[in-house]
Amino acid sequence: MIEKALIGGKRYWGWLAVLSVVIILGLLAYLKQFNTGLAITGLSRDVPWGFYIAQFTFLVGVAASAVMVVLPYYLHNFKDFGKMTILGEFLAISSVIMCMLFIFVDMGNPIRIVNVFLHPTPHSLMFWDSVVLMGYLLLNVVISQVTFNSERKGIAPPKWIKPVIVLSIPWAVSIHTVTAFLYSGLAARPFWLTAILAPRFLASAFAAGPAFLVILCLVMKKFANYDVGREPLKKLGVIIAYAMSINIFFVLLELFTALYSDIPEHMHHFEYLFFGLDGNDFLVPFMWTSEILAVVSLVLLLVPKLRQNSTLLGLACVTVIVSLWIDKGMGLVITGFIPSTLGQVVKYVPTLPELMITISIYAIGFLVLTVLYKVAIAVREEIGYK
Amino acid sequence: MYDAGKVITGIVIFLVLITFPFWFNVASGNATYKPDPKIITPNEQCMADGEYMKRNHMDMLDEWRDLVVREGQRTFVAPDGKTYEMSLSNTCMKCHSNKADFCDQCHNYMAVYPYCWDCHIEPQETTYGYK
Amino acid sequence: MGINRRGFIKIAGLSTLAGLTGKATLGVLAEEEAQQVVQTGEMLKAKRWAMVVDLHKCQQKKGCTACIDACHSVHNVPNFDNPKDEIKWIWKQDFEGAFPSQDHEFLKADIRQSTPVVFCNHCDNPPCVRVCPTQSTWKREDGIVMMDMHRCIGCRYCVVACPYGSRSFNWRDPRPFIKEIDPDFPTRSRGVVEKCNFCADRLARGKIPACVEACEEKALIFGDLEDPESEVRELLRNNITIRRKPSLGTNPEIYYIV
Repeated sequence: MIEKALIGGKRYWGWLAVLSVVIILGLLAYLKQFNTGLAITGLSRDVPWGFYIAQFTFLVGVAASAVMVVLPYYLHNFKDFGKMTILGEFLAISSVIMCMLFIFVDMGNPIRIVNVFLHPTPHSLMFWDSVVLMGYLLLNVVISQVTFNSERKGIAPPKWIKPVIVLSIPWAVSIHTVTAFLYSGLAARPFWLTAILAPRFLASAFAAGPAFLVILCLVMKKFANYDVGREPLKKLGVIIAYAMSINIFFVLLELFTALYSDIPEHMHHFEYLFFGLDGNDFLVPFMWTSEILAVVSLVLLLVPKLRQNSTLLGLACVTVIVSLWIDKGMGLVITGFIPSTLGQVVKYVPTLPELMITISIYAIGFLVLTVLYKVAIAVREEIGYK
Repeated sequence: MYDAGKVITGIVIFLVLITFPFWFNVASGNATYKPDPKIITPNEQCMADGEYMKRNHMDMLDEWRDLVVREGQRTFVAPDGKTYEMSLSNTCMKCHSNKADFCDQCHNYMAVYPYCWDCHIEPQETTYGYK
Repeated sequence: MGINRRGFIKIAGLSTLAGLTGKATLGVLAEEEAQQVVQTGEMLKAKRWAMVVDLHKCQQKKGCTACIDACHSVHNVPNFDNPKDEIKWIWKQDFEGAFPSQDHEFLKADIRQSTPVVFCNHCDNPPCVRVCPTQSTWKREDGIVMMDMHRCIGCRYCVVACPYGSRSFNWRDPRPFIKEIDPDFPTRSRGVVEKCNFCADRLARGKIPACVEACEEKALIFGDLEDPESEVRELLRNNITIRRKPSLGTNPEIYYIV
């Protein structure tokens, strides 16, 4: 089936070439990091996790969000998503691959990473996170391969795959819950020490992931002549509207608890996030951008007329993604460390090589995604699925 | 077979290229090279016999390290009843202080690069002229 | 042909995975030889090691760094000039940073302006141990929270989980930044976490911790918390002592006389 990815037009190969160049540049940056150490990043004794782990966290959400098309289709027999489930699963596969790469580049000793499995440690959430991520990747590979093969041959998928698909639904929830637990179980970091972190992660994931899928569908309609139809996009718009509203509600709950209780160690983090502390205000403009975009997206999504216009829906999806990416991909992780456990306000800004490696991992993800989508579209054209 | 000529030529070129290191070593005479680890303290008795050590020193060091670091045990009783402190730098390297002519001989030959020395300190005698 | 290309790739992939996990079984070999190990008498032992820091004595000599120098030199702790790469096992911290919940505006000036020495608290309930995915850090039976640098993958989860900032990461190769290397103790490699080990290496050779030995004011007192007759217990009985962030339930084993 993969041979379908070898036949494509100029635009297809051009896009792959651009991605490859970015990947190679990132690889060079990674070689430098591999040889020098993580000192080439902006990370420090006081901010030990940064951009890499934040991207990991954001992408776990994108991966989990496949469930938002899988669940309606398989559990509620919602036929409109028929053309979409495979796209959701492929998006999950490429996201999980990016997640794993982000964890890998964040390791001080990447060659020893198998120690996590040689010395399995059930009391560490990081062990469980690797287990659920691997499992989720496996589930999505198996499910997409089996269902898509049957579709190609024009036969019904084997019966045993149904329970596997059903299993993948709670599994998707588990990957983002366990990722939230990585943070929310730490007495040392009051910013994350909140039971609402996991639900908040899920809400933002179920907004950002489907928003990404909508944009991918719009792009494919324009450039690949592949149309999933109006209905599924409208329905995704509703899902995003709900998820985004719930996410914003959760953020407001967090703010209330921290600000009204007025406990300094909880307050300080939010102060840093929105106003800056001790003149350190790197995140402030980003966070306000994120909040403004969140409000804009909410208006676009909640008014049915606006949401049903596909250009405006696309715009709404872009605002959702940018807003949530800033929130999770920048604010969430870094702010947990500022101020530090010793009360210090330490500056963290990702360095150029760090950004290069980050962008290059995204390029790898997009490369995988492009190839998988190419196969999906080509096969469907072949079997006359237009 | 289509294009049999081209395919077979391709295979031959591939085989030549992939076996090139072997031919090169034979031609340059390196193929007969044998590592020669030097014992500079011939009167000292090692805790086990040479053949055993040759084969098992890495596993033994691996166990020592877990015993010392993780179990807090430090003293080892050799088969002959003698006791040794389980320490690479302070026991093994006290006799084998010629790392370049001892450890590195076989390690370089086998192209294994144990990372012991990233942390453990090499004996002074050999820190010059070897990196 | 009994196996098609896709089948072959699947089998090859699975066997690679199986091969990767195969090494786990080697550990069994260690069992037999472990019996040949004996304990020797010179080791210092306790049921639970603990330390008392007398803040008054500690502050007698202004600018004294004897404990820090001693510790960092016997353990080959590198000296970076920038706070970004900094590695420290023991250091002086401002009072507010060390005891944020004890600080207030009208606190006795000598206490408020003091810079207590801080290091790993060797918690009875250590969060770093809980989070470590490879058991590279664990609590020994005598209470010491140890690090196994051989196993550490450098994920820094322990650095994130420690409420006291006691852990440092080797962002780069530390060797060029060690002024004088002590050959009796290893250095660290790039990419591992390190911290105070309560001088487990010295205790094994019958010596007290280097910082305790170096303090001329006798401000650092080391001993067995489970032994009612020990000096640390005596001090705890007769003085008012505080611990760092006790409300987190980590149970630090470092006590400060104020």
